[in-house]
Amino acid sequence: MFGRLSWSAIPFDQPIVMGTCATVGIVLATVFGLVTLKGGWPYLWREWITSVDHKRIGVMYMILGLVMLVRGFSDAIMMRTQLALAAGHAQGYLPPEHYDQIFSAHGTIMIFFVAMPFVVGLMNFAVPLQLGVRDVAFPKLNSVSFWLTASGVLLVNLSLFVGEFARTGWLAYPPLSELAYSPGVGVDYYLWSLQLSGMGTLLAGINLTTTILKMRAPGMGYSRMPIFCWTALASNLLIVAAFPVLTATFAMLLLDRYGGFHFFTNELGGNPMMYINLIWIWGHPEVYILILPAFGVFSEVVATFSGKPLFGYRSMVLATMAICMLSFMVWLHHFFTMGAGADVNGFFGIMTMIIAVPTGVKVFNWLFTLYGGRIQYSVPIYWTVGFIVTFVIGGMTGVLMAIPPADFVLHNSLFLIAHFHNVAIGGVVFGAMAGYTYWFPKAFGFKLNEPLGKAVFWCWFIGFYLAFMPLYALGLMGATRRMQHYPDTHWQPLMLVALAGAVVILLGIALTAVQLAVSIRQRHVERDRTGDPWNGRTLEWSTPSPPPAWNFTHMSNVQQSDAYWQMKEEGVAPTASPGAFVDMYLPRNSPVGVFLAFFAVILGFALIWRIDWLAAVGLIGAVVVVLREAWKTDLEVRVPAEEVAAFERTYATRGPGTSGAVLDRKAARSGERS
Amino acid sequence: MALSTNTDPSPAMPIPGRTCLAARLKSDGGEPRRKWTLLTSILWGSAFLTSCQEGPLDPHGPIGQAERVILYDATGIMLAVVIPVIVLTLLFAWWFRSGNRRATYRSEWEYSGRIELIIWAIPALVILFLGGIAWIGSHDLDPPKPLTSAAAPLEVEVVSLDWRWLFIYPHERVATVNYLVIPTDVPVHFRLTSTSVMNSFFIPELGSQIYTMPGMTTQLNLQADKPGAYSGISAQFSGPGFSDMRFGVRAESGEGFATWVAHTREQGGVLDGPTFAELLRPTRAGGELTYGSVPDDPFESVAEGRTRTRWSTKEAL
Amino acid sequence: MSVGEQTLLAESGVPLSLRGPAPVRVVAGFGFWLFLLSDIILFAVLFATYSVLSGSTAGGPTATELFDKKHVFLETVCLLASSVTCGFGSLAVQRTDARAMYFWMGVTFLLGVTFLSLEGREFAGMVAAGAGPSHSAFLSAFFTLVGTHGLHVSLGLVWLLIMLLQVTTLGFQPMVGRRFFAFGLFWHALDIVWIGVFTIVYLGAR
Repeated sequence: MFGRLSWSAIPFDQPIVMGTCATVGIVLATVFGLVTLKGGWPYLWREWITSVDHKRIGVMYMILGLVMLVRGFSDAIMMRTQLALAAGHAQGYLPPEHYDQIFSAHGTIMIFFVAMPFVVGLMNFAVPLQLGVRDVAFPKLNSVSFWLTASGVLLVNLSLFVGEFARTGWLAYPPLSELAYSPGVGVDYYLWSLQLSGMGTLLAGINLTTTILKMRAPGMGYSRMPIFCWTALASNLLIVAAFPVLTATFAMLLLDRYGGFHFFTNELGGNPMMYINLIWIWGHPEVYILILPAFGVFSEVVATFSGKPLFGYRSMVLATMAICMLSFMVWLHHFFTMGAGADVNGFFGIMTMIIAVPTGVKVFNWLFTLYGGRIQYSVPIYWTVGFIVTFVIGGMTGVLMAIPPADFVLHNSLFLIAHFHNVAIGGVVFGAMAGYTYWFPKAFGFKLNEPLGKAVFWCWFIGFYLAFMPLYALGLMGATRRMQHYPDTHWQPLMLVALAGAVVILLGIALTAVQLAVSIRQRHVERDRTGDPWNGRTLEWSTPSPPPAWNFTHMSNVQQSDAYWQMKEEGVAPTASPGAFVDMYLPRNSPVGVFLAFFAVILGFALIWRIDWLAAVGLIGAVVVVLREAWKTDLEVRVPAEEVAAFERTYATRGPGTSGAVLDRKAARSGERS
Repeated sequence: MALSTNTDPSPAMPIPGRTCLAARLKSDGGEPRRKWTLLTSILWGSAFLTSCQEGPLDPHGPIGQAERVILYDATGIMLAVVIPVIVLTLLFAWWFRSGNRRATYRSEWEYSGRIELIIWAIPALVILFLGGIAWIGSHDLDPPKPLTSAAAPLEVEVVSLDWRWLFIYPHERVATVNYLVIPTDVPVHFRLTSTSVMNSFFIPELGSQIYTMPGMTTQLNLQADKPGAYSGISAQFSGPGFSDMRFGVRAESGEGFATWVAHTREQGGVLDGPTFAELLRPTRAGGELTYGSVPDDPFESVAEGRTRTRWSTKEAL
Repeated sequence: MSVGEQTLLAESGVPLSLRGPAPVRVVAGFGFWLFLLSDIILFAVLFATYSVLSGSTAGGPTATELFDKKHVFLETVCLLASSVTCGFGSLAVQRTDARAMYFWMGVTFLLGVTFLSLEGREFAGMVAAGAGPSHSAFLSAFFTLVGTHGLHVSLGLVWLLIMLLQVTTLGFQPMVGRRFFAFGLFWHALDIVWIGVFTIVYLGAR
């Protein structure tokens, strides 16, 4: 009746897990309870859950990423603590059956459910605004993408309380991930949650690529497109090309596990090496999917805060597209030690180095943007300078390991761990934080608190070096990754320093939450009244903060890159009304995303636990949801011209921040003037 | 009309009464960042220096030594670019801060052909050089490539079990578990395979690692130059007993090795079918074992995929 | 941007990239093209896996022993013909000619069903002969590659039925027209994949 599910799936004997379960339960109950008490569900349903507005969806992605950062980082703290304790004969407090799940969950969550949502969220929010258009190409699909990602998140978190997670590492290499060696449900949780969120990501990739290529303001040719949109284009092209590989590869592993197939098994001809090749053919483009938008954020920030255009725009575009293409030609550097031979290893080593060239060019272009600038030192530029300094170190260690014989002694060591955290934290996280701070005023109408923002930066910056420089050293001393304990007691001091670094980063994460709370409380002080808090250069700064649902009342005619800067130089007011206002037609909200995700979770859970009837319910439910949506013909909401005109008048005379501002309801109700 | 010409975006006012690190630091950001960078370079430098006493930076054989040379050379070449870049970044970030009116503000400067040429050329040249090292190094240090030596290589067959290492000496017809004895100044030719999941055979102080894979044979050549004791590990996560998959390596002089072989033949047990089946059972932190007689070498059977293993739910935990 | 505005811009010589957001029809079609490209990459992975594993028969039946070229020829004829009839059906949709649409799409549906039943018979026969997908890596790869194509055909047929129902209930709205266009692209793409399948799998069998 319930497949493999039974009461023994709940880990009553594990105090840490049960404690977490209780805490999460209390937090969720409190939040849900408060929302219910305040009558907030209709608002949430109407304004957020069923929203197809790219701005709302972008914000929801960021919230998802920030919440999962807490889970992924708890895993990190547990790992660091275990390693700080388990030296010599000590076994620490996490036996292998738990430790192995924790490091697998840490990697899976950080890549798929923190970094991807951050990056997709920023692109979702900013790209249509930068392109000067109303929304993405397929707004309803956008909502579906977000909710499918959320369904993956839910499944991964369920694995903590019902059953177990994979114990294979974040890429689940066979034969270890096959039924013969992972007979439990952990790998199934991993595979199904990633298949669901992977589908969401692929659809988002199609959506954003179409938007960038087919929907730009009039006059915005490719050479006038903001650089962030170029990096978003490259990243989304990579998503469209790479994620099907992930889907197919996981599908084959699922067939092995569920259908007794022999793609990657040890018997009857299976070939685990095939999985490793395929998964890295996805895996390497994946890291470029993450880093390219971060590069784009830094390009925007460095130009805006230096008060001059980005240096070498064309070579930046060239470098971006070169990285995009080359990222598919380097995958074997992840397993030089598999023994493919000198020619193959040499080829991929050289290709990996070639991809470092355009990256180096970008660094120099950022440098020369700073040169001759008049740099305003606000939080985003801190992240940018911190990134340049940190990322070049990570890039250097990457090129070092691209030399096959060097890799032969560094592969899978803590040196490797330090390298990829170096580029992931120094690149992706710093970029996400810079983008978060940079576009926050646009999204919410007020700036984030500056001193706390700087404190967050220093915590991450110092914490990163404290946490990972010892790991570089340990890797050079022969320490390998995924160790649950180690006999060399003289490694322990370095592990303690690394733990200290993790604690400093934890402080940074905590301060991020504090910063948000403080900023909300102070929002009237830090109100963005002009829509252009940073003296920006691109079109999103020409809208009020937050923008109306339709983004731009009149679509600009773009004549050069840094379109908004040009408008400011020439004294063209972006809110001028060159003619009569027209009715706006906006896509109607739709529950298809959240309903689809609901059935997706049911389907996923049922498949994991082999509950056939429940899987049928999930599948049929999903189909019914889609079919219902297919028959809807009333797909648009009309915003009458008078309402648009009234909004424009309000914005022009009183300053923005009144309409649509999420947190201003209270002020509006109390009649307070902003 | 709301024209936003925001030429002086003021940073947010500090919250009264709150003293935080950032607020105490100067607002221009340049000075304190240089201080911290100096501190972290000292940290990194000292960590680096402590790592010279063991592992890949303390090689005891020709492979490891060649690889260390590559590590140092490549790092040196790249630091020649990376350090100036970091210095320039901090310098520009500090000099061109808006408070510094001595700096020339080039508000429209966004292109220079000469600079473009240089910034493409520098990485390209570095990569050209390193690419050469990569190509040549890949060939010279390809794991299956025999070492140049007057001595005939010692053959060792390696089988990664769950979670122990089995070493078979096919010519000497002895075998060990979780420890390896090799003669110095003699190339050791390893043939490796696995019974179940992937592992990676790695002796950090002797050089390269290589994967062991079920149903496949990989090869590795290493040599120890000096007598000593080294440690070996698995460098590819393979399950709950992974952290205990350590083996000791003893490099003995030629006579020492011969003595050990003779001693083992007398004292050790027999590695026959049933004993091998026993070895296949998942065992964590199993100790060292010695076999003085190997009547039927199990290596080929494992390497050709004729050995099947499965873990029960309990063993997989 | 309206079709009228777009035409005006095109006639005045403004390049495509500067004309502002493209019309819905173009955007929808392009998005679906991208989806098809991603689907082709999925098939590419399955093709690559099949190529690597086609020799791993584990002592069991091999490709040459199992495949019947005449059978495959029949399947190919059905599928390729269905593409032609789908084309005629698409033209009928564009002309809003309901009767012609029902006829040609109906024939397409029947040809698709014939293809699937032929393939189903082949699969059932192989399984009965002890050559099911769990018997070797080669067989796993074969069943997955050809089976995934068959699954796509099945989903396409379901989609066709839904589209016919949409025309019946909603009429020839632009939205329905766009969806039919996407269906046509999908159906033709499956043909292209099938050409890959019979070339690499059946004709390339050793």
